[in-house]
Amino acid sequence: MPGPPALPLRRFVVTVIMAAIAASAVAAEIPRAERRSGYDLMGRETRAMQDDDTANPGMLFVLDGESLWKKKTGAVKGVAARYPAFDAREGRPIDLEQRINRCRVDRQQAPALAWESRDLLALTAYVARQSRGLPIDVTIDARTQPFLDAGRAAFHRRQGQINLSCSQCHDDLWGRKLAGSVIPQAHPTGYPIYRLEWQSLGSLQRRLRNCLIGTRAEAYEFGAPELVDLELYLMWRAQGMKLESPGVRP
Amino acid sequence: MALAVLVFMAAMSGAGRAEDAIEQPLTGARGDAARGRAIVTNRSVGLCLLCHSGPFPEERFQGNLAPDLKGAGSRSSEGQLRLRIVDPARINPATIMPAYHQIEGLTRVAPAYRGKPILTAEQIEDVVAFLTTLKD
Ligand code: HEC
Ligand code: HEC
Repeated sequence: MPGPPALPLRRFVVTVIMAAIAASAVAAEIPRAERRSGYDLMGRETRAMQDDDTANPGMLFVLDGESLWKKKTGAVKGVAARYPAFDAREGRPIDLEQRINRCRVDRQQAPALAWESRDLLALTAYVARQSRGLPIDVTIDARTQPFLDAGRAAFHRRQGQINLSCSQCHDDLWGRKLAGSVIPQAHPTGYPIYRLEWQSLGSLQRRLRNCLIGTRAEAYEFGAPELVDLELYLMWRAQGMKLESPGVRP
Repeated sequence: MALAVLVFMAAMSGAGRAEDAIEQPLTGARGDAARGRAIVTNRSVGLCLLCHSGPFPEERFQGNLAPDLKGAGSRSSEGQLRLRIVDPARINPATIMPAYHQIEGLTRVAPAYRGKPILTAEQIEDVVAFLTTLKD
């Protein structure tokens, strides 16, 4: 008997199902209370190595950085927790490495250091160490919001030949295993990190490029604005979490 | 959620089984199971063990993002396995499993891989031939 309602009802059911599928494709952000540093997902030995300054290989870089640091003004405490930060001259956020290079060029008339050079890593590690234990506190305002939005969009964009987004691994599948590696939540709390696989200290940008290469996507060049936008998004996503630099990672 | 997808898929494919399988080999001929096994267990060629585990005792690092491949040949027909490798999104629109024969509709592919599928048609046939041997 009730013939006519059948079509609208079916359309309604299909719409609901389509909406459910769309929603499942867009990953939910990790609730604040469930955020975990990569540190919490590591084995006991790697955590012990990070915790013990005499065993943490990153501390050698911190000491190098300290001797490279000419003016010991003491003003560096807390700085690392606030970067990337808006830079008026660039008209966009710059990250900690870019800030350090800016100081060298402008104030010390020294040449900019190359990305991933030992000296730039050492200086960054030294500055970041001064913020250990402090909560991440990046500033999001009208000037930085567009860059945060760009970073968020990049994090959720499927890319590369493998066609995966950062979010699919780091929001949806954290704690599970990609081959032998536990997928962390991708919080930038420990950078620069000493990575056992690299046998070296490395920047957050190096880590992000590694993940891009893993999905067989074009990796942005070091210093590319797209990488800084991603760094800003990751810092915002970890807002309030404590810095632990220099981290050790497997 | 998984149920909703199934219901939806069933509703869409009123015609039945032809929709959930690719019956004909991509190359016109069936592949080689031994070569297929080598592809599946090679983490930089097949990539399967990044996500899956399987009956490969010699492989130390296997993923746990996806079902164990043991018994895959009992759970699905040859044609269903072929579709699963070629275009898994037709089975599960939200899947993380890549479409191994896709070259279009991808974003920012690294130059070395641009315009190339993850596996060639011949490699896919080898993988399918191997998967059909994975009976419980
Ligand atoms: C296929 C899954 C996958 C994708 C996609 C992926 N990553 Fe990762 N990511 C990993 C794994 C696994 C690790 C840990 C590596 C290890 O420990 O060997 C990691 C590590 C990281 C870390 C380091 C976290 C820490 O505790 O030090 C960051 C940050 C990160 N990824 C960001 C990203 C960003 C940004 C993207 C997108 C451009 C991305 N990842 C895409 C799997 C992925
Ligand atoms: C990025 C992760 C990923 C990769 C790489 C991957 N898969 Fe999958 N695969 C999945 C997931 C997740 C499922 C579960 C169903 C779904 O979500 O689509 C699945 C399902 C399957 C299934 C059906 C489930 C079953 O066992 O009956 C088969 C067969 C399969 N994959 C084979 C392969 C083969 C062979 C390869 C390598 C050529 C491969 N997969 C690579 C993630 C992956």
